[in-house]
Amino acid sequence: MQTTRYEAPESVAAAVRLVDADPGAKVLAGGTDLLIQFRAGLHRPTAFVDVKRIPELVDIAVDRDGVRLGAATAAAVICEHAEMRRLFPGLVEAVQLIGSTQIQGRSTVGGNLCNASPAADTTCALIVNRAQCIIAGPRGERTVAVEQFCTGPGKTVLQRGELLVSIRIPRPSPGTADAYLRLIPRSEMDIAVVGAAVSLTLGPDGVCTAARVAIAAVAPTALLVPEAADALIGSRLDEAALRGAANAASAAARPIDDKRGTIAYRRQVAGVLTKRAAAIAAERVKGRI
Amino acid sequence: MKDFKYVGTRPIRHDGLDKVTGRANYGADFALPGMLYGAVLRSPHAHARIVSIDTKAAEAMPGVKAVITGDDIPENFAKVAIGGEGTFDMHDMGDNALAHGKALYNGHAVAAVAAVSLEAAQEAAVRIEVVYEPLEPVLSIDRALAADAPILHENLVEGQGPTNVAARMELKRGDLDAGFAEADVVIEREFRTPMAHQGYIEPHACVARYGEDGRVLVWCTTQGPFLVRDACAAILGLDGSKIKVISSEIGGGFGGKIPVYLEPLAIALSRKANRPVKMVMTRDEVFRATGPTSGTKVVMKLGAKRDGTLVAAHASMWYEAGAYRGSPFGAGAMCCLAAYKIPNFFIEAYDVVVNKPKVAAYRAPGSPASTFATESLVDEIARTLGLDPIDLRLKNAVAEGDNAPYGPAYGPIGLKQVLEAARNHPHWTAPLAPNQGRGIACGFWFNAGLSSSATVTLDGDGSAAVVTGNPDIGGTRVAQALMVAEELGIPVDRVRPIVADTDSVGFTDVTGGSRVCYATGMAVIAAARDVCDQLRARAAKIWDIDPASVEWEDGRAVPPDGADGRGPLTVAELAAKIGHTGGPIVGRASVNAPMAGPGFGAHICDLEVDVETGRSIVVRYTAIQDAGKAVHPDFVEGQMQGGASQGIGMALNEEYIYNASGVMENAGFLDYRMPVASDLPMIDTVIVEVPNPLHPYGVRGVGETPIVPPLAAVANAMRDATGIRFTELPLSPPRVLEGLSARTTEDRDAWRPSTYQAV
Amino acid sequence: MAKVHVRTTINGEEKEFLCEPADSLLGALRDAVGLTGTKEGCTTGDCGACSVLMDGRLVPSCLVLAAEVQGRTVTTIEGIANGHALHPVQQKFLEHGALQCGICTPGFIVAAKALLDTRPNPTEVETRYWLAGNLCRCTGYDKIIRAVLDAAAALRPEA
Repeated sequence: MQTTRYEAPESVAAAVRLVDADPGAKVLAGGTDLLIQFRAGLHRPTAFVDVKRIPELVDIAVDRDGVRLGAATAAAVICEHAEMRRLFPGLVEAVQLIGSTQIQGRSTVGGNLCNASPAADTTCALIVNRAQCIIAGPRGERTVAVEQFCTGPGKTVLQRGELLVSIRIPRPSPGTADAYLRLIPRSEMDIAVVGAAVSLTLGPDGVCTAARVAIAAVAPTALLVPEAADALIGSRLDEAALRGAANAASAAARPIDDKRGTIAYRRQVAGVLTKRAAAIAAERVKGRI
Repeated sequence: MKDFKYVGTRPIRHDGLDKVTGRANYGADFALPGMLYGAVLRSPHAHARIVSIDTKAAEAMPGVKAVITGDDIPENFAKVAIGGEGTFDMHDMGDNALAHGKALYNGHAVAAVAAVSLEAAQEAAVRIEVVYEPLEPVLSIDRALAADAPILHENLVEGQGPTNVAARMELKRGDLDAGFAEADVVIEREFRTPMAHQGYIEPHACVARYGEDGRVLVWCTTQGPFLVRDACAAILGLDGSKIKVISSEIGGGFGGKIPVYLEPLAIALSRKANRPVKMVMTRDEVFRATGPTSGTKVVMKLGAKRDGTLVAAHASMWYEAGAYRGSPFGAGAMCCLAAYKIPNFFIEAYDVVVNKPKVAAYRAPGSPASTFATESLVDEIARTLGLDPIDLRLKNAVAEGDNAPYGPAYGPIGLKQVLEAARNHPHWTAPLAPNQGRGIACGFWFNAGLSSSATVTLDGDGSAAVVTGNPDIGGTRVAQALMVAEELGIPVDRVRPIVADTDSVGFTDVTGGSRVCYATGMAVIAAARDVCDQLRARAAKIWDIDPASVEWEDGRAVPPDGADGRGPLTVAELAAKIGHTGGPIVGRASVNAPMAGPGFGAHICDLEVDVETGRSIVVRYTAIQDAGKAVHPDFVEGQMQGGASQGIGMALNEEYIYNASGVMENAGFLDYRMPVASDLPMIDTVIVEVPNPLHPYGVRGVGETPIVPPLAAVANAMRDATGIRFTELPLSPPRVLEGLSARTTEDRDAWRPSTYQAV
Repeated sequence: MAKVHVRTTINGEEKEFLCEPADSLLGALRDAVGLTGTKEGCTTGDCGACSVLMDGRLVPSCLVLAAEVQGRTVTTIEGIANGHALHPVQQKFLEHGALQCGICTPGFIVAAKALLDTRPNPTEVETRYWLAGNLCRCTGYDKIIRAVLDAAAALRPEA
């Protein structure tokens, strides 16, 4: 039987050393994907490197430029963070949708990214908020835009010895708000059949000056859909603009048939959720202006 | 109706404290010194010939103490009637426990290992080398019936040759052609439901010890300890008198914990290893390899006159049995028209084997699927004729004296009272918001009787113990204590209800079939009355008068008029003297209740549909049912609410999803989507009490009926909200959106293969 | 193979146990520590039967490695009552008949306590969503939700 070790380093440098030295080691954040996959026999790590005792991986730092989110911060901690809720209500909604209350006590945004599921709830919301991934490795630190972090189902840009340390999210410009919606058959506990995140900026006259739209579970990775954003920019979020964004999202979707939904279904609902998320984000801006 | 002092009250259940503090011991909570852990190797194929099994590598692994295969389960061709819910074919049960020659479904047990740790057992199990010759799997009723279908069992022969149709039955009455000729409206549809699981939260678990003297101890989570004893004896060729089964607390069953799966393996492994063996299923194994309920196809035609009188019905139904014969096709046939007086009908039902797990009982087995068809069509007829759906049902509802479609005349039954209660409930007339719809449907279950034993012992302090053989799956201990309290006239907390092992109580059929409060309750009441009779005799002895002259009233022995100076004696007073009046008092009784009181229910469902995504939620729900007499109303309501919830799950999201090779794709709680707390509203209940004359208090079973109405109640609400009649479940968002997007009525009505299922 | 020596606090008592590095907290609680009140329903974090509090936070013990609780505090169902006094959630579960088979009950009670620890006055909807990770197949949740809301009322200071 293969032996597994448990390691709990207390610094990023120590964690990097551990994962660099042992290619069979797996970084353990919340474990809500990793341990399930382990028990299902999908992988047999030689070591679990628990990164939750590294202070900078489990805190949230807010400054003038934005937020630095420790990659192993529990979802529940993020959802309880007043400033996170105020700045990024859509992102916090996405975080809040990861699993049950119990799972919230464990799951992390970093883990959600590193698991690289096409259906991950937070990835889209991070993408529309222009988040950057801070990665530590044997050769120092590097930064990758979140939309480039996942390269396919279960695949990321992380190289041997590298560790996702934190996610940097710029402070939204005035008049900006985000929203995230997903479709699941039940009200809780399911994996997204489709997800859509929208961030938009409205001028004082109510005209949309900037927008980002991303959709989940409709392609091997979360998709940034500039065409959907273009349909919103310059509009007052009228019915035609929302329909344009919905059509663009549906057109961009490249889903598959599986046990959770069909191609036709996912394509259609990607548009519906995009339209609705844009409307919610606009309401949020108006509430804030 | 009789006035009750205790029955009908809501005391705290006796086993409650242990269950809210974590002290109660369930199947996996038991351990024995020196215990080994078992693991099962299961077939990755849905249908394959087993060419060879080589266990040498596994046996050589460190810590491995025993490996067994089908060779360790002797061939047995006996057909043994054990337990309440039908006859079990011992050959099939043994072959299901460990495959002999052929794997018949994905998850079929092929071999098992016992080792010093679970990890070692699991490691060893995957080292067992099995050579399979994969065969084409039969994954649907349509495929199973096709002329060129692969055959699961060569020895299953009908007429000219082998078949996948294991059995057929029919029921008929009147003249079908004349009936339909009389009809002003005739509606026919084809309905489908997928395989669905009971979804109990506790996985199957057991510990078995095979002793040097051949005596066997089994601790397990089961609905029927006597059935486990008899089934293990038959499967393994053991002497049943040497097997003692202790039932643990049981974490849900709903019919699914009646068959044995792990127990014979644990016994065989223990015999080989000479150590106790513990086995616990994973959730994945529970889904793949225990007994869900049948997937079904029902083609039904219903005819009515313009005034709503139902005049004719024709139904053909096919039930998936899974890998071995024995689906609830017969019950499906008998239940589907049970609520209505229909003078002319013809029903045919087929038991079809497919390469899926062998089905087991699941709450009113067979009734939900066929009733889904009936109640959907009754709703359509009401719409077509512009009649109120409750009026239409009341017009045709069966009452005392009417014959059930399966023959006998009903005794007093409560269907009409239930429908009246539905009509009078504020839910029925409450306003609906946009995109909401309302549906109503009825449901029926026979309720079982069968065999039960009970003893009631009286202690010197005036307290009593009641001992029965039914694992308490949902509050039956307190119900039995209430009955003893009622008879003896002592407080409920002075009665200790006990679930005994198979060596300590008389034979008792399973906890199932809605029979515990009814049949075991009859035994409990009779045993308590036996105690009362003995107390009367003791009082007579004290008073030195004829025992026949002593009455038992309100928990006291009462002397005849004119017995001067002799006041009534209470149970406590009599108990205090038992040492001097003849010694301990034990009341005993056993019953064999061949009949039971049928139970009818009606459910009202309000559904809100998101027409852009096809997603729907239940926004209001009311369950109404005739309980005969509710012994502990909390747990009667709980049965109604729980059954409704399971039925709603079947209606909206639950289904077994197989890929084209017959491998189950959603064997876990993540993708087998049972309702969670935020999916449901409060479930309002109305208990109707039309006493069942077969039971001293009027009790009917209540557990099964409530899963029957929800399928059609939800679908009828969907029809009301969207204008579309869906005939295939579940009403998952993709299917509903597809229906909403269909352009023509014909498109909508056409049966389409499930969104996901391989056909 | 090296076992991990874990020192931790369980239900207010200091405990030590040995476990394999890959063992779950659920397994260690049940087998190494002997607290079988925490139940296993799935091992994939989908049923909530194994809910415990770790440093006061509700977690699924099946998805926590036993080795992780080194130096932390764990509260299980066995630690919810205060001596002989049941927690109001436990008492209300009994009074409302909020359990049938009872296998999910420990997880529900731990999760409900965690809710009421932070939100003394939850709405029905909040309570349903908080408890959405606890599956119950017997009750349809009705009586469970009523029991939790009633416990919340019992815990609030008299108005």
